Amino acid sequence: MKLATGDRTIRFLSTVFASMILLLIAVIVYELFKGSELSIGRFGLKFLVTTTWDPVNEVFGALPFIFGTIVSSVIALIIALPISIGIAVFLSELAPQAIRPSVSLMIELLAAIPSIIYGLWGLFVMVPFLQMYVEPVLSRYFGSIPLFGGVPIGVGMLAGGIILSIMIIPTIASISRDIFNTVPMLYKEAGFALGMTRWEVISKIVFPHSRSGLTGAVMLGFGRALGETMAVTMVIGNAPSISASLFAPSYTIASVIANEFTEATTKLYVSSLIELALILFAISMVFNAVARLLVSRERIVQ
Amino acid sequence: MSSLSYLKRRAVNSLMLVLSYGSAMFGVAVLLLILLYTMARGASAINWDFFVRLPRPTGESGGGIANAIVGSFVVVGVASAIAIPIGIMAGIYLAEFGKNRLAPVVRYFADVLNGIPSIVAGIVAYTMVVLPMHEFSAFSGGVALSLLMLPIITRTSEELLKTVPDTIREAALALGIPRWKVTIFIVLRTALTGIITGIMLAVARVGGETAPLLFTAFNNSFMSLRLDQPISTMTVLIYNYASSPYRDWNEIAWGTAFVLIAIVLVVNIVSKLFTKAKYAL
Repeated sequence: MKLATGDRTIRFLSTVFASMILLLIAVIVYELFKGSELSIGRFGLKFLVTTTWDPVNEVFGALPFIFGTIVSSVIALIIALPISIGIAVFLSELAPQAIRPSVSLMIELLAAIPSIIYGLWGLFVMVPFLQMYVEPVLSRYFGSIPLFGGVPIGVGMLAGGIILSIMIIPTIASISRDIFNTVPMLYKEAGFALGMTRWEVISKIVFPHSRSGLTGAVMLGFGRALGETMAVTMVIGNAPSISASLFAPSYTIASVIANEFTEATTKLYVSSLIELALILFAISMVFNAVARLLVSRERIVQ
Repeated sequence: MSSLSYLKRRAVNSLMLVLSYGSAMFGVAVLLLILLYTMARGASAINWDFFVRLPRPTGESGGGIANAIVGSFVVVGVASAIAIPIGIMAGIYLAEFGKNRLAPVVRYFADVLNGIPSIVAGIVAYTMVVLPMHEFSAFSGGVALSLLMLPIITRTSEELLKTVPDTIREAALALGIPRWKVTIFIVLRTALTGIITGIMLAVARVGGETAPLLFTAFNNSFMSLRLDQPISTMTVLIYNYASSPYRDWNEIAWGTAFVLIAIVLVVNIVSKLFTKAKYAL
C-alpha cells in the first residue's frame, strides 16, 4: 500500500510541475493582453499601421518598430544564412576529424557570449569601423541607390543587421550541422559512385534531403534575431523612422521597450509598450512554433 | 565539350569548398576577435579594488563593481531556486512518465517557450511582480530569468534521464525497489552529473541576460542583498556604463565585460569537457 502511495506521489508531482509549463504560456499571454488592454482599446488595429510615436501627445503607433525589427532580422538572415550553411557543410562533410570538435565548440561558444558583450563590442569596435571604412566606400560607389544613400554615421540599420547576423550564425550553423549529419552515408556514397563531385553530392543529395530541417533552422535563427534586444539597441541608432537607407538609424520593438519602459510616465504609454511586447511575442512564437515542428520532424527520421 | 564541362564542375566544386572553409574560418575569427578584444581592453580596467569596491562617481578613480557581482549572483540565485526544482521535476515527468498524450504537448511548448524573447520575459515579470509590489526588486529580476531558465532545464533533464539505459531501471525494479525510489535514487542519481552540467550552462546563459533586468532588478549604486529592493547586476551595469559619455565609465564597462565573459567561458568549456568525459559514446 505504502509502495503505491510513493509511486502515485511522484507521478502526480511531476505531472503538476510539467503542466506548469503549459500554465506558464497561458499566464504570459494573459499578462500581455491585460497589460495592453488600454492601448488596444484606444488604438485598435490602427496601432499596427500608425507611424507616429509621440509620447508627449500620447499618439502611439507600432509600424516603425515592426519595420525595424523585421528589416534588421532579414538583413541578419541574408548575411548569416550562406555563412552558417558554409560552416555546417564544413563541420559535417569537410573538416578533418581531428579539428572537428574544436571548431564545433568555438562556433557554439559564439552562441554563449552574452548579447550585452556583442553590443559593447559592436558599439566601440564595429560601429567606428563601419563609419570610417565601410560606409563611406559604399556611399561613394553606390550612393545613388537609396539603399546606400544618406550620411554614414556608423550606428543604424546596417550595424544592427550585421551584429544580429553574427549572433544567429551559431544557431543556424549548429542545427544545420546536426541535420546534415542525419543524411545516410549510403546516399552520399551512391552519389560519389556516379562520379559526382563533392559539392554536387552536397548540393544535390545532402541539401534536398535536409530541406524541411533547414527551413526550421532558418526560422529559428530568424526568430532569435527578432527578439534580440541589447546588442541591437546599442548599435541601431534608436530613431523611430522608416527609411530606405541602410545607414539610417532605426528602432526595433525590443529596443524601444528596453529604452523607454522605465521612462514611460503615463498608463497609456506603458500599455502601448506592453502591446509592442505582445506583438513581438506573437511574431516570434509563430516562427518558433513552426520551426520546432520542422526541425523535430527531421530529427525523428534520424 | 565534355572535358570543358568537367573542368567547370571541378571549378565550381573547388570554389564552393573554399567558401565553406572560409565560412568556418570567419566564424572562428569573429569569436577570437570579440574574445581577445574584450579580454585585452577589459584587463586594463581590472585590479583588486575592482572586485571589492563600490562604484565611484565619474572622475574619481579606484571604484569597483562589487555590488554588481554580488547582485548578479543574487538574481541568478533566485532564478535558480525557482526554475531548477520545477525544471527537474518536469524533466522527470517527460522522461519517466511521458508515454501519454500530455507529454509531447509539454515538450513542444517547452521548446517554444525556449524561444521567447528575453525582453518579453522581463515585461511579464514586471506586470506580475513589480506592479503588485510597487517596486523594482531583485526578486522580480529572478522571476524574469527563471522564465528563460525553466525550458532549458526541463529539456536538458529529460534528455539526460533518457540516456540512462532501461536495463538499469529494470534491474532495480526486479530487485523489488518501488518505482519512485528507482526514479530518484537510481535514475536521477545516474544522470546527475550531466544534469548539473546542464544547469550550469543554463545559469551561465541567463546570467548574461540584460534586457529582462532593465525594468525588474533595475539598478542600485549600493551593495544590497535584499530581495525586495532594486539590485545592481553586471549586465545592466555594462549597459549603463557603456552608454554613458564618460571615458572612465566606458572602461569600467569593459572591465565588467571581461569578468562576465570569463565566467561564461569557464562554465561552458568545463561543462563541455565534463559531458564529453562522461558521455563519450
